Amino acid sequence: MSDIPDTTPKAGTPEPGPASAPGLGRRRALMLAPLGLAVAGGAGFYAMLRGMGTGTYDPRGVPSALVGRAAPPFALPPLEAAGLPAFANTDLTALPGPVLVNFWASWCVPCIIEHPQLMQLSREGVKVLGINYKDKPADAATFLTRHGNPFARLGRDEPGRVAIDWGVYGVPETYLLDRGGIIRWRWAGPVTPEVLEQDIRPLLKRHA
Amino acid sequence: MRRLALTLCLLAGPILGGGALAVGLPSEMLRDPAQEQRARDIGHELRCMVCQNQSIEESEADLARDLRRIVRERVAAGESNAQVVAYVHDRYGDFVLLRPPFTLATAALWGAPFIALGGGLAAIFLLLHRRRALPAAAPAPLTPAEQARLAALEDDSAR
Repeated sequence: MSDIPDTTPKAGTPEPGPASAPGLGRRRALMLAPLGLAVAGGAGFYAMLRGMGTGTYDPRGVPSALVGRAAPPFALPPLEAAGLPAFANTDLTALPGPVLVNFWASWCVPCIIEHPQLMQLSREGVKVLGINYKDKPADAATFLTRHGNPFARLGRDEPGRVAIDWGVYGVPETYLLDRGGIIRWRWAGPVTPEVLEQDIRPLLKRHA
Repeated sequence: MRRLALTLCLLAGPILGGGALAVGLPSEMLRDPAQEQRARDIGHELRCMVCQNQSIEESEADLARDLRRIVRERVAAGESNAQVVAYVHDRYGDFVLLRPPFTLATAALWGAPFIALGGGLAAIFLLLHRRRALPAAAPAPLTPAEQARLAALEDDSAR
């Protein structure tokens, strides 16, 4: 320790020796370095916490591997009780405008939270296509009767295999496809009013 | 007593089991032990996207069970380990790989240990360098005031 210059300033006595003038500057820099690191770290953590609060940063969020690609091939049976046509990937080519593909289940609580937003979009004429994930047909039908049906088409993915092809890791998940059927955006989690206004509406406009 | 038993069980788990495995059901396992071992090796490389800190072999999540089944199906169908991993990677992206590939985006992740090592070596080198350089500069002689103070202190401690 003896030959490492200690950083505690000695009151009154000026630094002896020839290293005095440049030594002092380096010493001050050494003292400020941890402070600077702490300030930078603090600012980073503050930004992260703020982002978590406003929903712009999700530490568990994972980018989708399918963005920029066409939907994987699938052909799902319809939910007969809902009276909707079945749903296959061939329905996702040459579209009149951008569409949303929503993975949901009647047993999924966040799906109830996002449902009013999906209803609103479908009322506005946005095509929302549903994939019912690991659900019983009767439960799914009851859900749609109770909360309304926003879907233009609805496929049942009871084994959950199609969801895996899409890279779904938990319902609800929503994908936005452009007119060419290319996946442009994925949202894992409920479509809250904020997500609707800040993400979906601008995307719909951009890909219209 | 119950706490002790629980502690023992928790201690014995990893020792006896060699790491927790969620594949408990014989129906999930492949008949061929070699294939089953391959499926496990692959599964240990794949992250459970639901729990995010376990491999699909360790996780009880529904999705992990589905992925274990897919891995076993593909192993049984004769695919190579790389082909099976590519199948899952294709759908879930880099995050599903517990050992992420080296790309521009993961360069900092892979490089961090080497940067830390380099920084440490540089610090050691600088300190040694300075230690060797320092004795050359002899300490300045004491000023008369300091000599007087030293004498007073010595006088003080002698008494």
